[in-house]
Amino acid sequence: MSNIVMSADDVRRAVTRIAHEILERQRGGAQLVLVGLQRGGAWLADSIGAAIDAIEPAARVPVGYIDVSMHRDDIGLRPVVPGAISRIDFAVDGVTVVLVDDVLYTGRTVRAALEGINTYGRPRSVQLAVLVDRGHRELPIRPDYVGKNLPTHMDDDVRATADGVTVEGKPR
Amino acid sequence: MMKHLRSIDELGRDGLMRLLDLTHHMVEVNHRPVPKVPALRGRTVVSLFFEDSTRTRLSFETAAKRLSADTMTFSVSTSSVNKGESLRDTVETISDMGIDAFVVRHKSTGIPWQISEWTNASVVNAGDGWHQHPTQALVDCFTVREALGKERFDGLTLTIVGDIMHSRVARSNIAAFSMLGARVVLVAPPTLLPPDVSHWPVEVSYRLDDVLARTDILYMLRLQSERMSQGHVPNLREYAETYGLDAVRAAKLPPHAVLMHPGPMNRGVEMLVDPSLLPNSLIHKQVANGVAVRMAVLFDLLAGESSAAGLAQAAS
Repeated sequence: MSNIVMSADDVRRAVTRIAHEILERQRGGAQLVLVGLQRGGAWLADSIGAAIDAIEPAARVPVGYIDVSMHRDDIGLRPVVPGAISRIDFAVDGVTVVLVDDVLYTGRTVRAALEGINTYGRPRSVQLAVLVDRGHRELPIRPDYVGKNLPTHMDDDVRATADGVTVEGKPR
Repeated sequence: MMKHLRSIDELGRDGLMRLLDLTHHMVEVNHRPVPKVPALRGRTVVSLFFEDSTRTRLSFETAAKRLSADTMTFSVSTSSVNKGESLRDTVETISDMGIDAFVVRHKSTGIPWQISEWTNASVVNAGDGWHQHPTQALVDCFTVREALGKERFDGLTLTIVGDIMHSRVARSNIAAFSMLGARVVLVAPPTLLPPDVSHWPVEVSYRLDDVLARTDILYMLRLQSERMSQGHVPNLREYAETYGLDAVRAAKLPPHAVLMHPGPMNRGVEMLVDPSLLPNSLIHKQVANGVAVRMAVLFDLLAGESSAAGLAQAAS
């Protein structure tokens, strides 16, 4: 059975709040870039970027996308099929990079993204924004900005889009 | 995901499209300030070249290193082959060191298939005699795909000029370009065509001037100088006049047509103009794309589940 845990309006409000939090912590959008993790984080990075634009039009925060499949630690354990191609056409040296993903789970994708970002340069700091934190971390990674904390079972299927967030549980 | 890459036919159209799509990812990796990813950490790739090569061997080794694989180079001149070690013993000895892929070039047709009988490692054909050179065809397809912005080549005409008979590049490109929908025209003197091409998906012409106007991709092959002594062509000057690309012929091509050559080039024989002066020459792009294409090939061969099966086997 499938449960709706966030509606489209809830997602929109969470995105706006995260945009405010990012700007508050950075004291404006100077030296700030957003990098969405392909593919689930790409739309969210775009949404947060648009929200930041609406709040502080002068900030002009660039948005990029990174595909982390070449940096994963489970290559060889399961078929790795790269998603969309990375596109980071701005320098990341010395700026604050906010990594953006839809669902934070084991933390392994974020670890791969941290390593991937380093092939583009050396950011001053890296932060993490997610729409849903579903727990079950396997690495010491925590988000800086969270849309919703969502306790789940490990075999639940969590889907997050701009239209809302659903959890599909196996019958127990 | 495949085990070996020995010919274009073995790869098939789906595999060809998959590798070309994957190459776009590798091009992006190569454009990063640090063009290196850890994808194949812990894997070992051996280049086993029994024939000379500059670009193929170096681009395979660069590709392996950019994916963080370890590389070993086998060079015949300093190996125990000089003490009479057989090919099979050489392959089995290297295999015993625990390697994941062989990149093989040999003067005899079919050697990559033979080697894959003697090892559990993946085998990549980097040229076997006159037979196949699949990664060159992948490079050429990718280069055309990028230059023309088309994923399929329906309606395009590829004209391959020169020593078709002895060319593994021609055989692999005929298979690959026709798989993607192109029409292939071969232009060569009858002595440099295979005796029977009726089962190939090609059209044959003996006159370059007749086909230039309807050519979208002009592919000039290298005329190997030893062919002259074997009586395939009367002399180099006559060959150059009949089949070489000069400024007059280049002007007969449609304005959008592109020029390719697999290298190394014989200036003054098949190439009578400086190709860098022609606006649509893709020759430098072919070399530049070589690394990304070979990264895609190695990733596809070595990042799959097969090695996990190997791990599970080792653990049990």
